Amino acid sequence: MRRVVVTGLGMVSPLASGVEASWSRLIAGQSGAGPIHGFETSDLPCRIAMHVPRGDGTDATFNPDQWMEPKEQRKVDDFILYAIAAATQALDDADWHPKSYEDQIKTGVLIGAGIGGLGGIYETSIILKEKGPRRVSPFFIPGRLINLTGGYVSIMHGLKGPNHSVVTACSTGSHAIGDAARLIALEDADVMVAGGAESSINRIGIAGFCACRALSTNFNDRPKAASRPYDKDRDGFVMGEGAGCVVLESYDHAKARGAKIYAEVVGYGMSGDAYHITAPDPTGDGAYRAMAAAIKRAGITASDIDYVNAHGTSTQLGDELELQAVHRLLGNAPINLSLSSTKSAVGHLLGAAGAVEAIFSILALRDQIVPPTLNLDNPSVETSIDLVPHTARKRKVDFALSNSFGFGGTNACLIFRRAE
Amino acid sequence: MSDDVAERVKKIVIDHLGVDADKVVDNANFIEDLGADSLDTVELVMAFEEEFGVEIPDDSAETIVTVGDAISFLQKATAA
Repeated sequence: MRRVVVTGLGMVSPLASGVEASWSRLIAGQSGAGPIHGFETSDLPCRIAMHVPRGDGTDATFNPDQWMEPKEQRKVDDFILYAIAAATQALDDADWHPKSYEDQIKTGVLIGAGIGGLGGIYETSIILKEKGPRRVSPFFIPGRLINLTGGYVSIMHGLKGPNHSVVTACSTGSHAIGDAARLIALEDADVMVAGGAESSINRIGIAGFCACRALSTNFNDRPKAASRPYDKDRDGFVMGEGAGCVVLESYDHAKARGAKIYAEVVGYGMSGDAYHITAPDPTGDGAYRAMAAAIKRAGITASDIDYVNAHGTSTQLGDELELQAVHRLLGNAPINLSLSSTKSAVGHLLGAAGAVEAIFSILALRDQIVPPTLNLDNPSVETSIDLVPHTARKRKVDFALSNSFGFGGTNACLIFRRAE
Repeated sequence: MSDDVAERVKKIVIDHLGVDADKVVDNANFIEDLGADSLDTVELVMAFEEEFGVEIPDDSAETIVTVGDAISFLQKATAA
């Protein structure tokens, strides 16, 4: 199998539009949390979220007009808009804009979402009920479909290689990057744009996750304190939105064109819990097996891992189970591991989470610094693993592992190695 | 009254297709001159129905290919 490297990064996050602004704010300990705006929340138990900061594009705000024509924007849900922005940033960063037919057919797209166009489905349902089927827009279906992220990106950038998509709830972004890396390793493509996108901060999305008892409800008056993975006062996740995309490339292709190489994708592991539709397996065995498979694929041992970007959503059960699984993986080896949850700063981006967190892991390798777990005042368990409370930490990072676990019991793990 | 119909039609076309007002002339073809695709034309017809409170059957919709076609159809439909 061919070696696969990361040569471009793109991101729209609750901290900023853009990778470097999101990363520097993350390292500075900023949080993207605030009160929900844009719809009625007075009857919802959770009234906070992490919105993408919108504006005219200055100060790293997200200006939709920079990425898509206004007349096109109203045809799609925001997750498609975010995916287009992140993919365009990543292709620009990689300086890869295939013009020849030969270059276009070897460049593919694999972008997913966990839920897709929930907001548009909700709004169109009301139109159907109140005005009838003749008022349902011809753009209703294409503007909600999850794989239209990749559809739009391929059309806008002329990418004619494999055009694929992933839907695995909160593991989507990790699966997309892992699967895309395999397409390159197996020579189905030389370059892939891969990642995830989500935009479910809407009334029906918040109501639905509230009904699952998944969201934080105790911090409506202190939004920035709500996402607190591993802390004893955690009570659910805070919903984020946005997108992350990477450009993956065969090592030889990247070298031949003199591309900047951020990191190498060395490990990818998957597993299923076969336990419950929303609750994690209390043994943590699925999480353990996904990580073990990724480590085996990477040809390293668990103690080689320097940094884990945890799934760590700030829910009661999940955080500790993941930590237990990491301990099981390390066994009796001396522990010199840092593990943090960047969901403390950007919230849970659902289908985009794995992609955004993979990018943070890659930047930890680049800058030799691990991002913090905000609000970790009193860990609920004792651990010898460094949970990086409150502030980022400089340290050696040669291998970074990123976990994602999704509803349905779907687990994905990626391992990146620092560029040579 | 007829000028009013023409203005309302042109405003819808400008808004939905995101084109400059000076391009929205009577003989402008939605697809060839104004950059619309087949889905855009379906949505345009829906917008005309909504604005003028009329129903445009599919076989009539197929005959509306220019701005002028839309204006004359809607002038007749609203005069009836």
